Amino acid sequence: MLNKKTAVGLFTTFALVMASHSILAKTQEKLSAQARGLEISKEAKSRDIGWVDNTSDMTMRLRNKQGQESIREIKTKTLELLDDGDKSLTIFNKPRDVKGTSFLSFSHAVGNDDQWLYLPSLKRVKRISSRNKSGPFMGSEFSFEDLSSFEIEKYNYNYLGDEVVNDLDSFMVEQFPVDENSGYTRRIVWLDKAEYRVQKIDFYDRKNALLKTLSYSNYKQYLDKYWRADSAEMINHQSGKSTELQWQNYTFKTGLVDGDFNKNTLKRAR
Amino acid sequence: MSIVKKIKPLLVALAINSIVQPQVNADEFELSGKVGYEQRYFAEESQYQNQLSRSQASIFFEPELYWEWDEGNSSVTFKPYYRYDEFDAERSHGDIRELSYVYASRDWELRAGIRKEFWGVTEFQHLVDVINQTDGVEDTDGEDKLGQLMLNLSFVRDWGIVDLYLLPGFRERTFVGKEGRLRGPLVVDSKNVSYQSSAEDKHLDFAARWSHSIGVFDIGSYWFHGTNRDPILSLSTTEPDRSPSLQQHYNQMDQLGLDVQATIDDWLWKFETIYRTTDDEDFWAAQAGFEYTYVGVFDTNADLGLLVEYGWDSRGEGDKNSSGASIQNDIFFGSRLAFNDMQSSEMLVGFGADVEHSAFSFIMEANRRFGESVKISLDIRVMQSSEPSDALYSLKSDDHAQLAIEYYF
Repeated sequence: MLNKKTAVGLFTTFALVMASHSILAKTQEKLSAQARGLEISKEAKSRDIGWVDNTSDMTMRLRNKQGQESIREIKTKTLELLDDGDKSLTIFNKPRDVKGTSFLSFSHAVGNDDQWLYLPSLKRVKRISSRNKSGPFMGSEFSFEDLSSFEIEKYNYNYLGDEVVNDLDSFMVEQFPVDENSGYTRRIVWLDKAEYRVQKIDFYDRKNALLKTLSYSNYKQYLDKYWRADSAEMINHQSGKSTELQWQNYTFKTGLVDGDFNKNTLKRAR
Repeated sequence: MSIVKKIKPLLVALAINSIVQPQVNADEFELSGKVGYEQRYFAEESQYQNQLSRSQASIFFEPELYWEWDEGNSSVTFKPYYRYDEFDAERSHGDIRELSYVYASRDWELRAGIRKEFWGVTEFQHLVDVINQTDGVEDTDGEDKLGQLMLNLSFVRDWGIVDLYLLPGFRERTFVGKEGRLRGPLVVDSKNVSYQSSAEDKHLDFAARWSHSIGVFDIGSYWFHGTNRDPILSLSTTEPDRSPSLQQHYNQMDQLGLDVQATIDDWLWKFETIYRTTDDEDFWAAQAGFEYTYVGVFDTNADLGLLVEYGWDSRGEGDKNSSGASIQNDIFFGSRLAFNDMQSSEMLVGFGADVEHSAFSFIMEANRRFGESVKISLDIRVMQSSEPSDALYSLKSDDHAQLAIEYYF
């Protein structure tokens, strides 16, 4: 016969075992959500490697709360590097007062990017600090980090579940920036299950309040493999401003090489 | 030197290219540029005889014509410039800022014609920047340059970029005329110019520069041999019957230069130094400092940059026997506020002071885009000195505000 003491002891043991089971289960669940989030992101990245290089023209349409608009025209040339971040040249055409200004960037998966700016009126090449990830790009609702290439090492991941976005069954993955200079605590990214294309991103500011939503539309496939959206819209929920992006003239494997990305090419980029 | 003489080598280069590639067809032509109106208002009446009173207006025009062909590997740029000033006949002037041909191959480039080349990293003084002559009538900051005729070969290697320059022909500095403000008591005579070299303004100058980026460092180093861009100004004795003026003398110089910037997180550390040797004097000078940027200052989208620089020159302040250097023991503070808004609003405040005596200059520059193509800027400059030997002393009545409206096309 069990005495009272033994009964209490057994019960306690039972309770402890049950509790640790549930903690263990939760931990396992969390770990598997992290692993699943990473897995989805890796799959998305792996579907978008091997394009070698590309060039495109981008138009930005900035809108303020009152509906006033301002246009930016930008040309980009990007060289894919498999062992590091990409190299890119960005050339500004509009607004007219910054025409001819160009920007050279050697991005790195880990650590700060190397960036140079060419100012045509002074004929001056300036190395600039790449710490400014959270600042607005040309007065738009896009920050520098929003426009940089996606690298696995830049985030920690968490799979949140599935949802239908743009009529497409999608994964919902939470991404936590590793870089302490990021302007965000987290992003929630919706990737469609069929092609792993980013359909939508919610950005949460440093106070973890919803700041912006980015929506991609009109995806087209290039070289029978790579998907690129024709347009995207970033809406700032806090300021009421928005920026619309449109891409034209997407070209891949144009023959760009490492030698097309240096201070000399920066100075004569058009 | 006439324009025809200046563009002759360019035409030769163009001719050679058209022989090498008979089917030259301009694949792309682009016309852009700016036109502007500028109004200066001086806080005090003029100090010297003949100077304009308080208000000075001018207009300027700077179109840029660009042609490219051969998939952009060959291009020609033509950028003429003209400013009309309502009072100052010297400030009403034209220049060919650029008329050059560029041929770009995979790892080398040939650039021939009239061009501008900038070297250096610091903000308050451009010590190492030596290729182009200063267009001194444009503004007091010395950042406007006259086009320089050159033949420039540039090689890109794993260990850096090497630039070789042949510079035929020299441009004399432009100086404010007798009607203009922002000058000393004596006008610099643009016709009374002498040279050390018997070739005068046709001396063939030479420069070689190496530059490279290594990790956080951007380094450049060069040797320049040729006509000194800084004239020696002295009281004219040749025409005693005319009112006294300053004559310009350009000697020959050899100069070694080094510029280094370290870009470490939010800090830019900057250093420039030159060693110049001429028949008259040898000296070295340096400018060093930093720029720190607060990103997203006060929880806004704005960036606030803080700049501190120090300038030193071995010639010191100058005395009866030597003109010395205007920046020889001077400290500079600046603050740049970029609002990062749709109109790219910016404000820069700068303060320079001589450490040894009370002379200082203050500048405030603010600019903003209006609509898509108009830019308006407002500059305010205050200069003060209690030391008659200081260069700023002669400008102490020339505090002014300058409003510029520019239209870009």
